[in-house]
Amino acid sequence: MISQLFVLSQRGDNIVFRDYRGEVQKGSAEIFFRKVKFWNDGGEGDAPPAFNVNGVNYFHVRVSGLLFVATTRVNVSPSLVLELLQRIARLIKDYLGVLNEDSLRNNFVLVYELLDEVIDFGYAQTTSTEVLKSYVFNEPVMIDAARMPSLGPAAIFMQGNKRMPGTAITKSVVANEPGGRRREEIFVDVIEKISVTFSASGYILTSEIDGTIQMKSYLTGNPEILLALNDDLNIGRGDYRSSYGSGAVILDDCNFHESVHLNSFDIDRTLTLVPPDGEFSVMNYRMTQEFKPPFRINALLEEAGLLKAELILKVHAEFSSSITANSILVQMPVPTYTTRVSFDLEPGAVGNTTDYRESSKTLEWGLKKIVGGSEHTLRAKLTFAQEPHGNITKEAGPVSMTFTIPMYNASRLQVKYLQMAKKSNTYNPYRWVRYVTEANSYVARL
Amino acid sequence: MAPPAQSQRSSSPSQPSGKSEVSDLKLQLRQLAGSRAPGVDDSKRELFKKVISYMTIGIDVSSLFGEMVMCSATSDIVLKKMCYLYVGNYAKVNPDLALLTINFLQRDCHDEDPMIRGLALRSLCSLRVANLVEYLVGPLGSGLKDSNSYVRVVAVIGVLKLYHISASTCVDADFPSTLKHLMLNDSDTQVVANCLSALQEIWSAEATTSEEASREREALISKPVIYYLLNRIKEFSEWAQCLVLELVAKYVPVESDEIFDIMNLLEDRLQHANGAVVLATIKVFLHLTLSLTDVHQQVYERIKAPLLTLVSSGSPEQSYAVLSHLHILVMRAPYIFSSDYKHFYCQYNEPSYVKRLKLEMLTAVANESNTYEIVTELCEYAANVDIPIARESIRAVGKIALQQYDVNAIVDRLLQFLEMEKDYVTAEALVLVKDLLRKYPQWSHDCIAVVGNISSKNVQEPKAKAALIWMLGEYSQDMQDAPYILESLVENWDEEHSAEVRLHLLTAVMKCFFKRPPETQNALGAALAAGIADFHQDVHDRALFYYRILQYNVSVAEHVVNPPKQAVSVFADTQSSEIKDRIFDEFNSLSVVYQKPSYMFTDKEHRGPFEFSDELGNLSIGGEAADNVVSAQSVEANDKDLLLTTSEKEETRGSSTNGSAYTAPYDSSSTSVFASQTRIESEISNPTSAGHAPQASLGIDDLLGLGLPAAPAPSSPQLKLSSKAVLDPSAFQQKWRQLPVALSQECSVSPQGVAAFTGPQALPRHMQSHSIHCIASGGQSPNFKFFFFAQKAEETSNYLVECIINTSSAKAQIKIKADDQSTSSAFSTLFQSALSRFGIP
Repeated sequence: MISQLFVLSQRGDNIVFRDYRGEVQKGSAEIFFRKVKFWNDGGEGDAPPAFNVNGVNYFHVRVSGLLFVATTRVNVSPSLVLELLQRIARLIKDYLGVLNEDSLRNNFVLVYELLDEVIDFGYAQTTSTEVLKSYVFNEPVMIDAARMPSLGPAAIFMQGNKRMPGTAITKSVVANEPGGRRREEIFVDVIEKISVTFSASGYILTSEIDGTIQMKSYLTGNPEILLALNDDLNIGRGDYRSSYGSGAVILDDCNFHESVHLNSFDIDRTLTLVPPDGEFSVMNYRMTQEFKPPFRINALLEEAGLLKAELILKVHAEFSSSITANSILVQMPVPTYTTRVSFDLEPGAVGNTTDYRESSKTLEWGLKKIVGGSEHTLRAKLTFAQEPHGNITKEAGPVSMTFTIPMYNASRLQVKYLQMAKKSNTYNPYRWVRYVTEANSYVARL
Repeated sequence: MAPPAQSQRSSSPSQPSGKSEVSDLKLQLRQLAGSRAPGVDDSKRELFKKVISYMTIGIDVSSLFGEMVMCSATSDIVLKKMCYLYVGNYAKVNPDLALLTINFLQRDCHDEDPMIRGLALRSLCSLRVANLVEYLVGPLGSGLKDSNSYVRVVAVIGVLKLYHISASTCVDADFPSTLKHLMLNDSDTQVVANCLSALQEIWSAEATTSEEASREREALISKPVIYYLLNRIKEFSEWAQCLVLELVAKYVPVESDEIFDIMNLLEDRLQHANGAVVLATIKVFLHLTLSLTDVHQQVYERIKAPLLTLVSSGSPEQSYAVLSHLHILVMRAPYIFSSDYKHFYCQYNEPSYVKRLKLEMLTAVANESNTYEIVTELCEYAANVDIPIARESIRAVGKIALQQYDVNAIVDRLLQFLEMEKDYVTAEALVLVKDLLRKYPQWSHDCIAVVGNISSKNVQEPKAKAALIWMLGEYSQDMQDAPYILESLVENWDEEHSAEVRLHLLTAVMKCFFKRPPETQNALGAALAAGIADFHQDVHDRALFYYRILQYNVSVAEHVVNPPKQAVSVFADTQSSEIKDRIFDEFNSLSVVYQKPSYMFTDKEHRGPFEFSDELGNLSIGGEAADNVVSAQSVEANDKDLLLTTSEKEETRGSSTNGSAYTAPYDSSSTSVFASQTRIESEISNPTSAGHAPQASLGIDDLLGLGLPAAPAPSSPQLKLSSKAVLDPSAFQQKWRQLPVALSQECSVSPQGVAAFTGPQALPRHMQSHSIHCIASGGQSPNFKFFFFAQKAEETSNYLVECIINTSSAKAQIKIKADDQSTSSAFSTLFQSALSRFGIP
């Protein structure tokens, strides 16, 4: 059971603070924030999501720069509390459309209303948006969307797909359109995070795709819908280990949202569900089947005379030229005794940024866009303060890369169709199915 | 409204703490209080929002209480809610003013709108003012009977709130039994779930004083209740499902068919996207199958994929919670996860708390087939920019080396670390090489060659320096320069800040002296002189000791300081297996994340419902601490496998791949303060009930100062036990963990005894007549296990006994632990004679 729940800004200010049981002292928010802020001083890295100070257990999750914190004196299930905190953050986002410090400050009374219904005396009651709708009365105060910095996947779609109304994904599930009518629409996002580790010789050491099918529904009356996936989708390894190359999509494992019925899933790979309001994950999946990585990375670091070395970084996009990757950032730690780095970009390179971060001894190469099939090269000259102890490649690297690629998915998992179970000629809501691939841990060793 | 200005956010004492703003608000609220002008609600809303925002920031706005209450007469529901929130926050510090709110809250409890009724009831119960509880009983009673489920949901939690304000009012109004009725009959699952939460809290708290409450608490985990809840599991919200599953994990099925029924029913919960539901389900599976070794192993196989999926989906925080649980499973059964090692590779952008868990898992799962790849991966991390993780990676390589039989390749890797010339890498590697040599002295030749090349000037960290010095001393005959390196270290004695290093230096110089006397003599003299002059007590003492023993006899000194050593076969585990079992019993709780059992970080009153019956692992506890009687139901527990603790089970499975069957000495960190003993008080209050144990009455008389001669009856043994011994189960548990085994014996049970052994109940009754009390028992024919305790009559000195009786072989195995070790054999005689009289009328 939870004793207190509070949301802190990045600077540690209380934005909302709800005490459910009065068992933990009032200054807990300050104790918590100080502990988290100075955790790293002990060389221990970040504060873990759950820790204990003087018999009080503090749980926290970070969402959009905000800290959602729960305290308790009881030995509870950490997973339950952290899931609940995450859910509360999502719930607030559903209501406010956008979750950030400003929107929260503008709507803190609404958030109090939500918190009162979600938890009573420390026990979780309901996190369902529909149920809560009938108990929550404050109208969300929208913040100006134009002022809002673009956040997460929502931003990608705005660039990647012009048809999409830019603010669509950031609208509240309870707010009405200016015309007073709600637009009937449903968004299905297939978001994949890929992790790949390349050995020094370019061989793939490990690869994994962690995917989620996310849904955000603005449909009134909660109609039942059908979501069909690839016919050749298989789940569970073992039996299919040898079938790579047959084209089948083989997931290691997956899990589903409560609302999903799997009655016909085994036969035709169709999920039946009555989508609850707001945003939720229909299905999470994990795949370790081999797949073609979207980028090849080549790094060559060689000594070039006394106290000098030369680096050549090459990135090759392996996907189709109709697709463009966004916000690419390549990072590489260099030997700690590096004093200066000078960069040399290809002639005609646009939208590239280069930087050497002295404090972390890391060089950074940013690219706004990479079109499928293209190759980009960065040359850099490193100046050292001392002579290397031998093999400098042991002192540098690995190269890591972050990117997002809209309308691309590495697993080839597809939503074949999205259907309303009860067909009616007049009811034809907007249906958006979108794909995006992001780098989770994309690393090449030297 | 605009967010409060920056200056107001600060609540530091030097600031005006918003006083002027508060008095401003006060004025404005007064003006609005009586007003019926149109639009007044909107202005009130703005004001209320301000008040609440100040409250959030920490500005004390309790002085507005009167005004807020005056403004609360409104039909605007948003206003009402804000007002309720305010009142709930400040009623406790304003109990008199809180009375003002009772009126409007009570009125709202009868509103037509069920939502208003619910809200009012919730706020009414949240006032937390003890002298207002009389106003709660009526509205709660009708709330529990309300036709609307929202009101009932609120009312049930309201009962729990009332219990915390005034337990007696709650119990006197008979609310617990109303809740029990609702739990078993209400159509709304949230009502049912809240009843369950409330009853668990209430009955656990009551159970310390009431026999009936403890029976009720046990009844929650009875078959009918469990089945009733399980059959509706899918109707519950995901959070309530966790609650139910947590309860089911405590249920002990009578037949093995039940185990499979329950598992089949819950199978699909493993595919739930909510990690909390999955972990709660896993806990059920693990606990149900503890006694079925094969199935238990299948459960591990089954839960692997869902756990890995949860780890890689969701936020980093959620995945950490799951990963911690995966970690404990990997540590228990590494061989099941040995082919999944790639999942435990660290990603460069993971937080270090995740990496640390993964490194431990990689170490645990390393076996003949995957060691090469794992060690290769770990070596990559050794060059990591994250230095703490790099260090741990090197330590992990070392640990793997220590648990493998074929260490050939790993030794090479470690030696490569030494050549990397990074300070921290060298430091960690030196410590590892030292440990490695202690286990595999046969590698000394290769290692020493490399270690000899390291300049002691480049090693600064005390642990590493100590390791290097140890090797210099231990292998001084193989290292050409050893005496001279040591000599130069002795010369810089004053610059060496670490006492640990100086201690090692003394010993190393001694060892070197025995092997190469002429070369070391000077250094030894200097070291002993410096050591004796050292301000550090231990260093001083050791130097003096060496000096005197050398004076006495050099060969004796050699025998003491440098005896022939045996290779260390297994390094002690940092955690005892009892602690590990304990953490496993508390699966799906913070114990797993912190890697400590709950009693180490939780105060007693916050252990949560049922914690009490969790004591002693899965043995049932008999006897409340207060009345010292073995309650009947405690011995009825039917767990077929009560005899085995989980660690024993692992051993019988016999598949511990890395030889960890070794039991470490008791972890000193696990000791905690004993529960206070109430023996003396209870003796004094019951002087006449000394009853059937004549020898004990003497002690009591003496204690009361009656001045009777306390001459022992000649026939009775020297040791006298208190017939009124009291030890609560948690104290027992702590003592059992803390004390070493004083005596371990096997004795036979007489044929009459075996004949009388009809069930586990008979023996405790018999032993009690000998002032030996049973605290927990269980088992099924032919194996029974008992935990007994006894106390000395005159003093608070406890004897703890674990007694395993096998009726088919007529043997009893006895383990005795005692506060006062010197009397443990006397106690053992007493215990065995009591046991031998069992079955003899």
